Amino acid sequence: MFLKYLPLAGLLALAGCGTGPAADDTGITAITTDMSAEGDSAATTLPYLGAEGRKPVPAFSLPDQDGKVVSDKSLAGKVYVTNFFFATCPGICPKMQSELLKVYKQYQADPRVVFLSFTIDPEHDTQPVLADYARRLGVAPGTNWRFLHTPDRPAAYKLASNYLAAAQTDTQAPGGIAHSGALALVDDQGFVRGTYDGLNPQQTALLLRQLPLLLKEVKARPAAAPATAAR
Amino acid sequence: MLFRPLPGLLALALLALPSCFTNKQNQGERLYGQHCASCHGEQGEGIGQLIPPLAGSDYLARHPGQLACIVRQGLKGPITVNGVGYNQLMLGVQDTTTHHQLSPAQITNLLNFLESHWGNHPGPAGVRTIAGTEAELRACGER
Repeated sequence: MFLKYLPLAGLLALAGCGTGPAADDTGITAITTDMSAEGDSAATTLPYLGAEGRKPVPAFSLPDQDGKVVSDKSLAGKVYVTNFFFATCPGICPKMQSELLKVYKQYQADPRVVFLSFTIDPEHDTQPVLADYARRLGVAPGTNWRFLHTPDRPAAYKLASNYLAAAQTDTQAPGGIAHSGALALVDDQGFVRGTYDGLNPQQTALLLRQLPLLLKEVKARPAAAPATAAR
Repeated sequence: MLFRPLPGLLALALLALPSCFTNKQNQGERLYGQHCASCHGEQGEGIGQLIPPLAGSDYLARHPGQLACIVRQGLKGPITVNGVGYNQLMLGVQDTTTHHQLSPAQITNLLNFLESHWGNHPGPAGVRTIAGTEAELRACGER
């Protein structure tokens, strides 16, 4: 009688063998964020994203790795991609930056596009540290990937929330800061139009498909339109 | 009546069986994908001058006896790999968020994978054994 249950028992035993869901033990401390742009690649117009409805990101002005100032004004009319990192981050940053590097390589000579990496550890990531980091990553001086120095950690965390990324001090996290690997795509008028999981190659591919859509939209705008005009 | 679905179950069980063994066989490669590839690259290419390559790495060739400990404990401070200086903190697998501890057997499979791919070669001791890995780990206070 017992024999008839043997196959069942075997099946139960096998359940432990399957690959199962891959354990996330890659050293990544990520705050998961809702990737609302996902699956929207077929749309020809990108959505307007933001926690407070359709509002552009607040004004800012920060020095980059070469000591030049990058601000909302210097970015007006350009499309830009943001992420948040720190130079000594041993967790998600290398992966995130190598994913963004793929996008940068396709647009590094494009004057319509800028890449911004904000440091969330400004005490350590001084201008020379940021310049060295950029060089090591393979970002040539004077190109359109700027590594921005933030005034302090709280200011950096606030900036991150403006770009729908999450960052906070966490002594348990590798490097002492927990943050998301979210990339944001911002339009010429300062509106966030896409967010992407910067650790996921499929999301990088989605960004590469959506960036041209946004550039097309910007090109089609009436030339004389004021920067804050509602379309 | 109860017997009817059982042959189907048995067939299913047999179908599922191979996954048990193939998983083990490619464990080194799988562990590489889970624990190493996001920084060191799918093909061990590294990232610019930020993360050193593991492919064709003279560092691997020069430090065969320390690799098990590096996997466990990570690495800190400047190193030179293939003539290029790197200085980025590497986490050991034990420092990862889930505090996952690779066993000596898993580290053995991982290092054997590394030392037989991308132009790397086994160290002077040849293909790694679990006993050899355990000895390496003891030397750095691990077990």
